[in-house]
Amino acid sequence: MIDARIAAGIGLAALIALPFLLPTYFLHIVIQALLLGLINTAWSFMGRFGLVSIGHGAFMGVGAYTSALLWNLYGVTPWLGIPAGMVLAVLLALVIGYPCFHLKIVGHYFALVTLALGQVVALLIIAARDITGGSLGMTPRAVGTSVLALQFQDRTQFYFVAVLLWLVVLGIRAWMSRGMRRAALEAIGEDETAAEAAGINVLREKLWVFVMSAAVTAAGGSVFAQYIMYLNPETVSGVGVSLQIVFAAIAGGMYSALGPTVGALLTLSLTEGLRVLFGTMLIGAANTIYGILLILFIIFMPRGILGVVDGWLRRRPQPQAAPAE
Amino acid sequence: MDIYLLEAVMNGIMLGGLLALLALGLNLIFGVIDVVWICYAELVMGGMYAIYWLHAVYAWPFLLACVAAIALVALFGLLMHRLIIEPILGSAPINQLLATGGMLFFLQSVATLLFGTDFRNVGIRLPIIELGDIDLSFARLLAFIAAIVGAAGLYLFLAKTYLGTAIRAIAQDREIMGLMGVDPRRIYLITSTIGGGLAGLAACLLVLQYDVHPFIGLTFGPITFMICVLGGLGNMFGGVIAAFIMSQIIAIVGYYFSVEISYVLAFVLFIVLIVIRPQGILGR
Amino acid sequence: MLAVSQLSADYGSFRALFEVSLAVEAGETVAVIGPNGAGKTTLMRVISGLLLPHSGALTFEDQSIAGLSAHRIVELGIAHVPENRRLFPRLTVEDNLRMGAYLPAARTSFAERLGWAYEHFPRLRERRTQLAGTLSGGEQQMCAIARALMSKPKLLLLDEPSAGLAPLVVQQVFDLVRTIAEEGYTVLIVEQNVQQVLDLVDRAYLLEVGRIALTGSAGELKESDVIRRSYLGL
Repeated sequence: MIDARIAAGIGLAALIALPFLLPTYFLHIVIQALLLGLINTAWSFMGRFGLVSIGHGAFMGVGAYTSALLWNLYGVTPWLGIPAGMVLAVLLALVIGYPCFHLKIVGHYFALVTLALGQVVALLIIAARDITGGSLGMTPRAVGTSVLALQFQDRTQFYFVAVLLWLVVLGIRAWMSRGMRRAALEAIGEDETAAEAAGINVLREKLWVFVMSAAVTAAGGSVFAQYIMYLNPETVSGVGVSLQIVFAAIAGGMYSALGPTVGALLTLSLTEGLRVLFGTMLIGAANTIYGILLILFIIFMPRGILGVVDGWLRRRPQPQAAPAE
Repeated sequence: MDIYLLEAVMNGIMLGGLLALLALGLNLIFGVIDVVWICYAELVMGGMYAIYWLHAVYAWPFLLACVAAIALVALFGLLMHRLIIEPILGSAPINQLLATGGMLFFLQSVATLLFGTDFRNVGIRLPIIELGDIDLSFARLLAFIAAIVGAAGLYLFLAKTYLGTAIRAIAQDREIMGLMGVDPRRIYLITSTIGGGLAGLAACLLVLQYDVHPFIGLTFGPITFMICVLGGLGNMFGGVIAAFIMSQIIAIVGYYFSVEISYVLAFVLFIVLIVIRPQGILGR
Repeated sequence: MLAVSQLSADYGSFRALFEVSLAVEAGETVAVIGPNGAGKTTLMRVISGLLLPHSGALTFEDQSIAGLSAHRIVELGIAHVPENRRLFPRLTVEDNLRMGAYLPAARTSFAERLGWAYEHFPRLRERRTQLAGTLSGGEQQMCAIARALMSKPKLLLLDEPSAGLAPLVVQQVFDLVRTIAEEGYTVLIVEQNVQQVLDLVDRAYLLEVGRIALTGSAGELKESDVIRRSYLGL
């Protein structure tokens, strides 16, 4: 317990010191890793209980475009725009989740429903090209540094916004992992019918994680777009993004608190590393490696990098009891 | 009746044939092995590139290039099952779906690496048929007919042969297949090969109508999954019906509004249908 | 023909069979009787290769079959009518029979075997285009037996053919098994219906909690106190 506190203290100190130590370029990657990491973490809220969505880009897109459009069209501050996007994402999650969970649509079928949802949102963004710019994307109106507009010229300032948000999401994850609720969700992940028989309100619990996940993903999407200052249906919505979220969460380890963030760091380093090494000549190389890694991870390491590390740490001190004969 | 609407309906029927063929292949794998190849449309993309390369660049005769592409994609299906699905057949079904998701990334980006993001055309111009006032693309008609022939061939194979019967049976009771003297592993490999072959056939038909680019799979992949699920697992007939319904929606709504809206409606319809009629869709 | 010796096997995480030994000679009809949960079905599943044994030897016609996969064992001539029949419910009766003749050797004589099956099971001819899932329990059992015989096996394993059937139908099924045995098929049958099965078979083994408790000719077993008291209710 004490050890964990010391570790957390050191971690926090490192997080605060980081922007003053890192060159801007690396800080840029870290900020993206934190923002994408929190989105991946939001995905793992559900993913770790066997509720796999391959359409989380829908929520990211709803969040990002809602706040950006409100700002560009009506001058509404992202401080209101982001909650508005979250509310929309929650509504969307309820509209999709309620009937799905009520009628016990699980596994493949749920995944395919979310895939359809992701397509619907991406296509709607393209169809509304008069205000969204369609496939060409759009840019939030820039006003220099402004807290009201959630725009910062200095990356360090944005870094602290990202860290704060990331910590909040980790806090939500920890809060969701407490006691009964976690046990209930784990039971649902194992065997829904049995969980129901044990008196767990399966519908309510599943809806709850889905809604939480959607809300956080929408917020993450908004802030990410706000940081990049560019929105495009391909980069904040659609199948590609949705699958990248899944990949990063699985590769990092969706059962560990930091796993999804490690996944984001991994994928970003991969993209950036290949870009720096090979330039734009090898467009697509990063995704080639993603693809192979995703397959390898699922076959050989379904619990992800941190899952494996956790396993080691846990196994060392207490070797498993020999099976009784 | 509006002549252009009629044309849209006709085009919808033609598209329906192609989508039905794709849905049949996917449904076969989905129904028999209980695995969703989320990268199925990317196999088609691979086949289209193969034809483009063999025909337009190496100047093979088109038909020969098609045969080679079908064989190549079929082999790819076999290898994908052997190398990726087989090792994780026992784990949660969603893991298999995600592993093929990795394959989707891989195929898209390999295509980008090798061929860039240019749109490539195989360079065959087929005539337009004039049917009264309606213009009909010969390429589409050809694709429609070939798709129907392919589907009928698959039906006969499944209905009339020992192997086809075994493929239908294994989805119903896997364990007992061994008692029939059937090696389930072999049936899965054969099914995957046929599924790949059907994707190859679809590639031959699509390459006549569309340019190839690395992301073409995304334009008709998702709709194929929806059709497959709507039609019902292992229900070939249902898949064909669903393909024609979806293609009509896309054609007619696309005619009145826009292509995006038509797809949006198709996906929304999918979500609504799977939710209000899960027994009809999931029920066996 | 079939020799099982010192066979142990697990059902899930439980040991279901403890060093079981039994033998079936060509042309014999042999029963394994015993209460629910004695390990009878596990025994059948191990013989036909659906389940791997933990230890022990399994030989069929002087060839070891332990560890072979099910489809290899069928090729050697052992056909298994599994517990609960396990027809393919959404295939027609005739397609089910076709699956029974999947082996290359059986395919060539499919028409002839089909004629043989319809002659012995006339109900199946009437229902040949019907989905197997829509048959009555007795018809399903007959279809399952016919399916197993399509490959003209040397040894037929029958797992609880009477389970879930009305008494009159049970009698029909047993009559059929008798006919099949009289035609020269070697049959190993597992049953809880002790009275009727002992009238049918030459020899029997009593399996209790995973061990062979008693063995002998059908006549001897019918006279044994244990059987009379616990299984025949006399």
